[in-house]
Amino acid sequence: MSTDATHSDEAHSTTGQYVRIAIILTILTILEVATYYVDIPYALLIPLLLVLAGMKFALVVAYYMHLRYDSKLFSGFFFFGFTIEILLLIALMVLFGIRSG
Amino acid sequence: MSDAAIAHEAPEEHPTSTGLNHRKILMWAFLGSECIFFGSLITTYLVYRGKSVVGPYPSEILNIPLTSVSTFVLLMSSLAMVLALAGFERAAGAAGDVERQQQELKKGRFWLLMTAVLGTGFLGFQAYEFIEFVHHGLGLTTNLFGTTFFVLTGFHGTHVGVGVLWLVSLLVLSYFGKVKPLDVELGGLYWHFVDIVWIIIFTLIYLIPH
Repeated sequence: MSTDATHSDEAHSTTGQYVRIAIILTILTILEVATYYVDIPYALLIPLLLVLAGMKFALVVAYYMHLRYDSKLFSGFFFFGFTIEILLLIALMVLFGIRSG
Repeated sequence: MSDAAIAHEAPEEHPTSTGLNHRKILMWAFLGSECIFFGSLITTYLVYRGKSVVGPYPSEILNIPLTSVSTFVLLMSSLAMVLALAGFERAAGAAGDVERQQQELKKGRFWLLMTAVLGTGFLGFQAYEFIEFVHHGLGLTTNLFGTTFFVLTGFHGTHVGVGVLWLVSLLVLSYFGKVKPLDVELGGLYWHFVDIVWIIIFTLIYLIPH
């Protein structure tokens, strides 16, 4: 941020943008909670919830954690760990799925 | 040091081979490792999901309205955190204008305090939930749900607690002119990370039907 050569103050989100993102996050959370009370087919519900959570995740990481404006190296560090975890999750889910028949 | 004092970026800060601040690189590397840590706990929860052979079962005791409110509280704390950082950055940028620097610093401190208050509120909700679960007969060793749930959400709550202490430390140190915007930014990165972990936990544990 202010100490990074690659990051300028001009690139920073404004206060208004921070508030707009908070409003979007709130709306997405309301939609998530609404799925609990509305009868949605299970096959549709899971992808819907994952997409909503993914959107919230992306908004916080991109704008509140400033990865959208910051060095790609920071994104690399973060998503390296994140990717390892996703692979671990898939591997274990498959492994335990096979074991339990 | 006066109330308006703020530590400025050291002009003689040494250049780095990447052109990036080493402390910030360290923080992002740490957050990458935290992804693996929480990911392992989330994976364990998912692997053992629905495999409890005795109750209480999640569908019997999870309180969605209560957790929705606590989720909203944590989301709003993230907004307060970015507003705190913006205040400290503007204060540092207004070094020549003492009055404006004071105003921005005051705003930064206010939002930092709000972040800590909202974080403490989230912990209050979590403590209430844990106590309720224990009253319903769910403990750490009751069943697979109890074990994986308490370990995952307990570690998350511990991270929130550490974050609150960090924020309060920054707030106190700012009165002694020892806080640079980068210090607030690093605390903020940690805080937002705790928030995104909860975004995932909320969906996977609470919202996906059991």
